Amino acid sequence: MHWNSLGEFFAMGGYAFYVWTSFGLTAVLVAWEVLGLRARRNQAWRDLQQARLMDQTDLGEAR
Amino acid sequence: MKIMTGINWFKYSSPPAFYPLAGLLIPWFYTLATVFAAVGLYISFAVAPTDFQQGEAYRIIFVHVPAAWMSMFLYLVMATWAGFGLALNARLSHMMSQALAPTGAMFTLLALVTGSLWGRPMWGAWWVWDARLTSELILLFLYIGFIALQASIDDPRRADRASSLLALVGAVNVPIIYFSVKWWNTLHQGASISMTSAPKMAITMLTGMLMLALAFWMYSIAVALVRVRCIILERERRADWVRQLVEVKF
Amino acid sequence: MKARHKRLALIISGVALVALAATLILNAFRSNMVFFFTPTQVTKGEAPKSGSFRIGGLVESGSLQRDSDGLTVHFVVTDTVQRTKVTYQGILPDLFKEGKGVVAQGKLGPDGAFIASDVLAKHDENYMPPEAAAALKQAKENSTKTLIVPK
Repeated sequence: MHWNSLGEFFAMGGYAFYVWTSFGLTAVLVAWEVLGLRARRNQAWRDLQQARLMDQTDLGEAR
Repeated sequence: MKIMTGINWFKYSSPPAFYPLAGLLIPWFYTLATVFAAVGLYISFAVAPTDFQQGEAYRIIFVHVPAAWMSMFLYLVMATWAGFGLALNARLSHMMSQALAPTGAMFTLLALVTGSLWGRPMWGAWWVWDARLTSELILLFLYIGFIALQASIDDPRRADRASSLLALVGAVNVPIIYFSVKWWNTLHQGASISMTSAPKMAITMLTGMLMLALAFWMYSIAVALVRVRCIILERERRADWVRQLVEVKF
Repeated sequence: MKARHKRLALIISGVALVALAATLILNAFRSNMVFFFTPTQVTKGEAPKSGSFRIGGLVESGSLQRDSDGLTVHFVVTDTVQRTKVTYQGILPDLFKEGKGVVAQGKLGPDGAFIASDVLAKHDENYMPPEAAAALKQAKENSTKTLIVPK
């Protein structure tokens, strides 16, 4: 490893802003996509469950 | 041969059979993505040396190049599925191309922004209208156009056909992006990695970059499978097998 | 009916927006297909004589001069065949170095020298540690020496 200290590592030879923004943005976008998909899946299940409940009550009323 | 014929592979081209299979595969691809990302980041920051001309700023390459590769590769895969969808009239193919578009758009955006963050300190400009940068920006608009077209038409089958046509036509842009640095003079440098010559990178740098490219690849498969499962649930919500799935779950 | 009209308007405005974006980009694409001219093209008169354009090539070794004001710099851009003198006032990018690639935006002055308003560094696609670069340079120097000695 060629870093002499943690500070040197974070400084990235003076390019800290550019390097860390690049990697930070990657992490943010990946996290956003994964969490967004989780929310979408949960929403899809909720919609399906609601549709099923509505079907059941419809049947009940018809009876 | 016997084994191959023993399993009916076409079985998995229908949503009811594909849905549980995708569910089984997702955790594996997420795990592989995490492992490759961990190894890749370790090599990128702890093993790979400083660059002789760009100093530490070159480390942006470790996300920039894999993201740019994925942006082009995912578009080609998306267009291929769109083509299958049109040719075979298979609904799962259209769903696959639909599932890939947002991830492709994300990697295109990432390639553009990390490139900008790299260009500012090295070239002296956030953005230039050279052939490489412009064609990559067009790729972003193609992804957005595909997603918007799909969303703006209510009839799903018409939406599939229109957006697939756009995806296929837009595919000509991918070789333009790739060869732009050869065909025209650009500010963007040529490819460090190509099929025809030895890599123009030190081996540890190359390893770090390839590891992160593999991580992005595995990640893309994982999220595309998650998304295609969402699309299946949304679009096939009236199908009997989805209703049975709901009854099992609740 | 109303919902359909609304959707139609949405689609039309969307298409218009995409068309506008495409036109703007294609325009930029066409005028920048030749992102820069080489000194050879400039001497041949292929570059615009009056308007602004970009010149690209290598900064000739030993050609960089700074005026006493500390801001104005003079250097020569070469494509190893022809040379063009460039004058620039401003801050140079980090990678600007003699013997390395450069792209400058500006126009030709009356004396045939290029007056730059913007200077960008163009780096190559090679990445290696400084020690490897030094070793490579050393090897290159040695090989040229042995080539010259027999003469």
